[in-house]
Amino acid sequence: MRKVMTGHKAVAEAMRQIEPNVMAVYPITPQSEIAEYYAEYVHNGKVKTELVPVESEHSAMSACVGAAAAGGRVMTATASQGLALMVEILYIAASMRLPIGMALANRALSGPINIHCDHSDAYLARDCGAIQVFAESAQEAYDYTLLAQRLAERDQVRLPAIVNLDGFTLTHSVQVVEPLDDERAKKFVGEYTPVYPLLDVENPSTWGPFAMPDYYFELKRAQVAAMEAVPEAFLEVQKEYEQATGRAYRGFFEGYRLEDADRVLVVMGSTGGTAKVAVDELRAAGEKVGLLKVWLYRPFPYAAIADALAHVKQVAVLDRAVSFGAYGALYSDVATAFMHRERRPRLANYIYGLGGRDTTPEHLTRVLSEMKDAGPDEGLRYIGLRE
Amino acid sequence: MADTRPGKGYKLAVELKSWKELPIGGVVPGGAKPDMNKTGSWRSLRPIWNEEKCIQCLQCWMHCPDDSIEIKDQKMTGVDYDHCKGCGVCAGICPVAAIDMVPEGGDKCAR
Ligand code: SF4
Ligand code: SF4
Repeated sequence: MRKVMTGHKAVAEAMRQIEPNVMAVYPITPQSEIAEYYAEYVHNGKVKTELVPVESEHSAMSACVGAAAAGGRVMTATASQGLALMVEILYIAASMRLPIGMALANRALSGPINIHCDHSDAYLARDCGAIQVFAESAQEAYDYTLLAQRLAERDQVRLPAIVNLDGFTLTHSVQVVEPLDDERAKKFVGEYTPVYPLLDVENPSTWGPFAMPDYYFELKRAQVAAMEAVPEAFLEVQKEYEQATGRAYRGFFEGYRLEDADRVLVVMGSTGGTAKVAVDELRAAGEKVGLLKVWLYRPFPYAAIADALAHVKQVAVLDRAVSFGAYGALYSDVATAFMHRERRPRLANYIYGLGGRDTTPEHLTRVLSEMKDAGPDEGLRYIGLRE
Repeated sequence: MADTRPGKGYKLAVELKSWKELPIGGVVPGGAKPDMNKTGSWRSLRPIWNEEKCIQCLQCWMHCPDDSIEIKDQKMTGVDYDHCKGCGVCAGICPVAAIDMVPEGGDKCAR
């Protein structure tokens, strides 16, 4: 049944249906509401989850690691500085191969302090070993919360999974969402079977041991293998989701009017919706423009993206965070995807929307139009910045 | 008595394995037991227990952060030098100064 709800409520509903054994959270804007909704579910007896209100995000992720090693299905949610504080332990969660599910309400990292959306928090956790998915809408945030949990818990994967949703733009704005009925959602996510659970005292195990130069490298290589197993598992889980619910998410990204496009925007998150409006406007005027909106950001689907953009003449990659002293992180990945290809589109890198700066369809039609006559492009360009 | 000098008597817990053979997430199935890895070689000071002074209060056993005070029939019987780190907590807590800390390899080393 279609309902009207915020992105937060949509994620909280998905979490209620997943019903983790433990949820450890610390409030931080704009994420707090997810935890508040969840606390309400616990209080009203709708879930049997042990909600652990901790004293910091460092402790939130630490509690998640402990609970997941003990054998529980575990989830959390955070944003910005909260994620920054979690990152130390997030690396450990990934190295211990704990499938902790996490919602990340994307918000700019300080400073200056700012509570609004950009992707600097997600980029900070880029290399930690967690799966990262980006949602365009509250509906996608809902669906991918269920999908990502199932993906994270698959045997060959068992990695933490972050579902990114743009702070305020998605978390606080009300959209039409069609959640699954509880039974169907629960059946899709399924039961969780931990490996070597610490609470199985009959079969003791040691978690998180010291690894010296003789083993650290091998353990990291095994972690790479888990990441390498994600793309195939991602497609399988999408297929299972389609079979179970009739909702078709197909592939690592969404191509919008991409097949015959000469000029294409590459984006992640809610700007995908803005870009669709811009693409439609220019298409109506007969221009061959399109969009590639990334869902699976880590692991990055290099080959699939290079294939999908192989016929395109010009690509503008939009990064919603600065990687100081470097091109944007998404741009670097897209450029790497074409490294070994004979045919490459001309690439340009735009930085946009920092600290919640509005990005409008007009901004993006301008980007698509100026690309047409642009020469070889070097360095960063900026959208919606006062010069 | 095991030779606990650095590089001597030190044995790896397992043969070195390929990354493909490692248990998920670096877990040690069955639990890592102290006899798998002798860590006493890190020690630079050695606690020497003087049995004749000892009043068997077991304060050292309660406070040792490394579970290296050996106990038999509820009596202190010595120090597990395979794992003792030489922190000196036992010597500090002992009410009758029955434990001396001496430099490893020093003249006064009793063992
Ligand atoms: S020196 Fe430290 S580690 Fe060694 S027995 Fe005494 S308290 Fe334990
Ligand atoms: S603390 Fe001192 S007196 Fe007490 S058991 Fe240990 S060595 Fe003996």
